[in-house]
Amino acid sequence: MNSRLRRLSVIPAAAIAAALVLGACGDDSGSSSEATSASTSECPTINEGTLTIGTGTPAYSPWVENDAPESGEGFEAAVALAVAAELGYEGDSVEWVRTTFDEAIQPGAKNFDFNLQQYSITPERSETISFSDAYYTTNQAVVALADSAAAGATTVADLVDVKFGAQAGTTSLDFITNVIKPSTEPFVYDDNAGAKAALEAGQIDAIVVDLPTAFYIAAVEIEGAAVIGQFPVDAGGTSDEFGLVFEKGNPLVDCVDAALATLKENGTLAEIEKTWLSDKTGAPVISLG
Amino acid sequence: MSDLPGTVASHAASADEQRRKRLLYERNLKQRSIAIAATSTAIVVTLVVVLVPMTPGWYKVRRSFFNGDVFGDTFPGLISAFVKDIQIFAWCAPCIVIWGMILAVCRSVRTPALFPLRMFAAAYTDIFRGVPVILTILLIGFGVPGLGLPRPWNSPYIWGSVALVLAYSSYVAEVFRAGIDSVHESQRAASRSLGLSSSQTMRFVVLPQAVRRVVPPLMNDFISLQKDVALVSLIGPIEVLRQAGIDKSKYANFTPYVGAAIIFLLLTIPETRFVDHLMARERRRTSGTTVR
Repeated sequence: MNSRLRRLSVIPAAAIAAALVLGACGDDSGSSSEATSASTSECPTINEGTLTIGTGTPAYSPWVENDAPESGEGFEAAVALAVAAELGYEGDSVEWVRTTFDEAIQPGAKNFDFNLQQYSITPERSETISFSDAYYTTNQAVVALADSAAAGATTVADLVDVKFGAQAGTTSLDFITNVIKPSTEPFVYDDNAGAKAALEAGQIDAIVVDLPTAFYIAAVEIEGAAVIGQFPVDAGGTSDEFGLVFEKGNPLVDCVDAALATLKENGTLAEIEKTWLSDKTGAPVISLG
Repeated sequence: MSDLPGTVASHAASADEQRRKRLLYERNLKQRSIAIAATSTAIVVTLVVVLVPMTPGWYKVRRSFFNGDVFGDTFPGLISAFVKDIQIFAWCAPCIVIWGMILAVCRSVRTPALFPLRMFAAAYTDIFRGVPVILTILLIGFGVPGLGLPRPWNSPYIWGSVALVLAYSSYVAEVFRAGIDSVHESQRAASRSLGLSSSQTMRFVVLPQAVRRVVPPLMNDFISLQKDVALVSLIGPIEVLRQAGIDKSKYANFTPYVGAAIIFLLLTIPETRFVDHLMARERRRTSGTTVR
């Protein structure tokens, strides 16, 4: 083939890439048409008369028991149904859908009214999605086998030479890199099943997860594992609060916040927590000093 | 047909004239090709740049995928994570070439006593070429360390690399085998008749010709390997794809994935052009002419 023409074939690829990047990374002026829902209702849902709730696939204990949120068993399943009841949706008018983390935050129309799968509220995430007020405040905890390097740690300094693992994209991973600051880079897995396998294989010494998950893993999932300790609630600089996720600008947020406030006030939320989550005092506190 | 002596000069002049005309014609043709290529490129790029932003969801997509702030925050971290990809690639590639070559030679042996070797090589390529790379990595990366190896021998870097070598050597072995088969039988016959043994024939006559022929397709496999290295992240290491995933979760924004894609392209586009160059050279070497 002719060499000059051949070299030309680089141009389209480069030009398109350049055009996309230039056009894309400009200012954000197009967002004025955002969230112009035509619904006249105060608390509009995507399907009128039905509240559609999203959760993980699969959903894990103790948040959702037996991967069956419809039953209302498990902390998040119970919270979701309590919120739904406050909004006036019960029985058949509550529908569950399953999404991954990514599906819940990707741009475009959502197939749920709100989604809950232990989403921590962060300012960065709030740029793309809307959060309700917190329905649970958690703290991070260390799970390890009884004979591991992490066993017996009482301060963060004891954990520096521990090889950590965590689930990708969780605040637990942020906690390892920003607060514990171990001497070796942590390993990261798609889900806690991967972290668990690595823990059992001895590739890592300990994993960091939120406290309720830690209790569940130690008690049920990994033989010989124990919750080595929990960190103070505000150890990461801010406390780790779980919120319901909405499409950015969804007006339903206000209705749900009102419902959550009621549930907090009348003690329902505390009751649900007591039913489904272990007592926080069951693990020693690891100090930051 | 028969030229009179006096007309030779005029014939030469007219041949010159014809040659000049032909060159002119070819130059015009070339310029026209370039003009058409440039125009069609301009049209396509304009359509993309004008039409895509007119779609109703564009501002959301731009906020989630092409966010300048997130890009600036995350891109440096992605680059340093990409160093791991390059390292894994660097130690896997030579192992793959060596192991793939051994497999290809095993599969091409003609000694009846060595039939089990052929059978092994055939079964090996069948299995590892047939199983998705991602599954090989997950099974080996989580399975083997579970046997209870002590550190550092249970490192995901080791077993992820082993999985990549196992999978890719089966592709590479097939490419080598195709090269070996493409060497004409007469080459072997000539070599044997000169007194070279079967193994000498393979080493000095067949392989040198085979390898030269398969360099371009081999490069394709390595470009593909460059991308699949990212799959090692599934068993623990934080390389560029995982780093992008972590940033994506942190910002709830997909821009880091675009950043990772750009990093891969910065490496693979030059590689691809290099392969194009090799293939064109091979074509020129073997065919000698070009039809437009």
